Amino acid sequence: MFGLTALELARIQFGFTISFHIIFPAISIGLASYLTVLEGLWLWKKDDVYLELYRFWSQIFAVTFAMGVVSGLVMAYQFGTNWSHYSAFAGSITGPLLSYEVLTAFFLEAGFLGVMLFGWKKVGPGLHFYATMMVALGTLISATWIISSNSWMQTPQGFEVINGRVVPVDWLKVVLNPSFPYRLVHMTIAAYLATALIVGASGAWHLLRRRDTPAVRTMLSMAMWMVLVVAPVQIAVGDAHGINTREHQPAKIAAVEGHWENTPGASVPLILFGLPDMTAETTRYALELPHLGSLILTHSWNGQIAGLKDFAPEDRPNSTIVFWTFRIMVGLGFLMLLLGLWGAWARWRNALFESRMFLRFALVMGPAGLIAILAGWLTTEIGRQPWVVYGVMRTRDAVSNHSALEMSVTLILFIVLYTGVFGTGIRYLLQLIARGPEPLDGHEPSPETGRPARPLSAVPDRLDTSIMGSDGR
Amino acid sequence: MGIDLPLIWALIIAFGLMMYVVMDGFDLGIGILFPFIRDRVDRDTMVNTVAPVWDGNETWLVLGGAALMGAFPLAYSVLLSALYIPLFFMLMGLILRGVAFEFRFKAHEAHQSLWDISFAAGSYLAAFSQGVALGAFINGFKMSGTTYVGGSFDWLTPFSLFTGFGLIIAYALLGSTWLIMKTEGTLQHRLKSMTRPISLGVLAAIVIVSLWTPAQHPDVAARWFSFPNIILFSPVPVLVVVTTLAIQRVIRGETHAAPFGLTLFLLFLGYTGLAISLWPNIIPPSISIDEAAAPPQSMGFALVGALFVIPFILGYTAMTYYVFRGKVKAGEGYH
Ligand code: HDD
Ligand code: HEM
Ligand code: HEM
Repeated sequence: MFGLTALELARIQFGFTISFHIIFPAISIGLASYLTVLEGLWLWKKDDVYLELYRFWSQIFAVTFAMGVVSGLVMAYQFGTNWSHYSAFAGSITGPLLSYEVLTAFFLEAGFLGVMLFGWKKVGPGLHFYATMMVALGTLISATWIISSNSWMQTPQGFEVINGRVVPVDWLKVVLNPSFPYRLVHMTIAAYLATALIVGASGAWHLLRRRDTPAVRTMLSMAMWMVLVVAPVQIAVGDAHGINTREHQPAKIAAVEGHWENTPGASVPLILFGLPDMTAETTRYALELPHLGSLILTHSWNGQIAGLKDFAPEDRPNSTIVFWTFRIMVGLGFLMLLLGLWGAWARWRNALFESRMFLRFALVMGPAGLIAILAGWLTTEIGRQPWVVYGVMRTRDAVSNHSALEMSVTLILFIVLYTGVFGTGIRYLLQLIARGPEPLDGHEPSPETGRPARPLSAVPDRLDTSIMGSDGR
Repeated sequence: MGIDLPLIWALIIAFGLMMYVVMDGFDLGIGILFPFIRDRVDRDTMVNTVAPVWDGNETWLVLGGAALMGAFPLAYSVLLSALYIPLFFMLMGLILRGVAFEFRFKAHEAHQSLWDISFAAGSYLAAFSQGVALGAFINGFKMSGTTYVGGSFDWLTPFSLFTGFGLIIAYALLGSTWLIMKTEGTLQHRLKSMTRPISLGVLAAIVIVSLWTPAQHPDVAARWFSFPNIILFSPVPVLVVVTTLAIQRVIRGETHAAPFGLTLFLLFLGYTGLAISLWPNIIPPSISIDEAAAPPQSMGFALVGALFVIPFILGYTAMTYYVFRGKVKAGEGYH
């Protein structure tokens, strides 16, 4: 297809399927924790506004989670189907880590998900809260194992290569590899930020449309607190992550910075914008700020970092791409910080729910977290090239022996199916969000007894019974 | 060390796959029965019997994949890349039916029938692809040493197509007997009358596979028909027939859990028959579990977790089924 080799097609297939996948876990991780907080507040303060929000966001969670599960299933099999030489070589490390993920996280999530979503009328409030907590815990444990496995591919240690395959010798070193703590914290915070931005944007949307209810106010307020606290932390963590990467994957940092040549003794500028050119070995149209590169990456005024020319051409990652994906992520990170600060200021001026400028900004920042997550992962993964296990196995040696035709057909089918199915799913999500939290109708359990105040009846749930149904369907 | 790690892991994976076949089998079976039950309320009831548990059921498939990669990386890489096409379609099917659980209840009226089709088609596609993969697995893989040297379409044989259809019928039986247990009234009545021909179909499929396999694979035949195996295994076919007849009987009266229990037993018998034919190969016909095993450091590390955690998993899975026990009434939306 388009003259691409089977290897390139396999890489595109992996990148495409996992990019869809990561969107859903990111929201699941954030929403599961948010739902735990909401239910805890409801049980503690006995204020029904939290139950109303729980109801609302758990519907969205259910749809996201289902899409996360089925897209994740594809990932679990893709290692064997498309990267079989990688699996035969390093399955002895990736496999046990994934097994632990299934055993300690996926079963936990799946086991308690049923009670969480469908169990209101079947169990008491205490057990229900416990189920919500277990689902949230499951998502966090899951992130821990999968990030450990990915980080090991970035910064491998604790193994030997014997008879052409990886033999783990120290599991503690494998799991706690050098980039793992940074990546885990950075990714978990990213999930929380992305979710807070979505929750905040939906609050802002309803306020802009003058649906000013206590539930809508509460969700906007909670989200803005979250962004205010977490956005600066994310920037600090990202900075530490970059320094860690400079130590372990210097070629990646050189590519991210568009830094070609290291002049001994001279400081490294920060290239704000430019166009790294892989064939001319230079960054065109560079807009440079002197000394800042040294300052950020080494925390000293004249610190040195390796340039791309210090690496053989076949060992260089594509600077043109990662230069820009990295800047998108960092740029959005600073916009999130701005949103948090603006929110705090508006709150202080008692204008959080009124300032239309601020609400519009919160609305457009809704997808920013997800975009930053994708940009971050693209930086990480493309910056790792040409290695699949950094410094140990090249990507071209990892791929299965399928033909380019086979890979083209499956890729096209994946694209058709994913855009159809997940595209529709995302539309449903947006419609659910647009419908907004609905006032309680007395059929809910009370936090003390777990019994509803009025007899049960099936609650209509279809989108067309809602105010959104007025769009002509 | 006295522990036979490859053996233990082979048993864990076999157990995981068995759990998968049984549990996701009745989920998929419900999708397979969808075209025969057209009433909207009935369909909602059917889906509601599994909505709280389907995700957990499918997780056994994820465990099977991950454990295979961890314990037998060679088998994982050879089997999955040789079966790329059927597995690809299985994943497509599982996506289509997995999202339908949620989308059915969120869709506009006009779209709902679309998601019903997606639910049914996904179930057929997943079941059929799994059956094809199973048939290809029984047929074996062309290996030179530890490298797969067959083509992309080696999995496609009359036998594997037949096992594809066979698995559809088997899942349909699991689905119909599960629903007999979980529903009541006219829906249950309809399912009872459907179960009779389905169970005979399953019997026929088992018989045909049991004759076809040894006919095509002399080594399997030698294993079955040599002494003392032939004596040891002779109860298996008898039990298969007796169990099928028992299913026919119990669905006549006032019955709920018995048909499902008997179906589980029937499939268990089929599964043991397979295990006997293939043991101890993990890449039939030539590579055994010992040859494909991961380094002991990998198997040992993962085993600690498996032995410690699996009892808990079984515990809270049982709890979920307990919480959602009993009949699901028409119109009783969990949503
Ligand atoms: C940072 C988090 C993260 C990342 C990087 C990944 N995943 Fe994921 N995955 C999750 C976080 C997650 C989750 C939050 O735990 C999900 C989302 C919804 C869910 O059911 O669990 C999930 C679901 C999920 C499932 C379905 C589990 C089930 O049946 O419940 C599988 C098989 C995978 N993932 C496998 C993978 C693989 C092989 C990945 C990489 C190549 C991967 N995931 C990246
Ligand atoms: C979830 C966020 C992730 C995203 C968005 C992502 C994205 C990508 C992209 C775009 C590629 C192709 C890179 C290229 O070929 O230029 C890739 C490759 C790959 N990634 Fe990731 N990835 C993610 C997480 C993971 C994780 C968690 C793992 C492992 C557990 C992983 C393992 C791989 C492998 C095996 C490849 C294929 C070989 C390669 O091209 O390097 N990725 N990923
Ligand atoms: C604004 C300051 C930020 C800095 C300095 C920063 C820094 C970094 C660096 C250096 C990497 C690559 C690490 C590697 O590949 O070795 C990275 C990756 C990543 N970033 Fe950021 N980041 C920032 C903001 C954000 C924001 C706001 C988000 C999302 C909400 C985000 C999400 C990610 C993700 C998902 C990855 C890939 C996973 C990982 O390697 O941790 N980042 N970041």
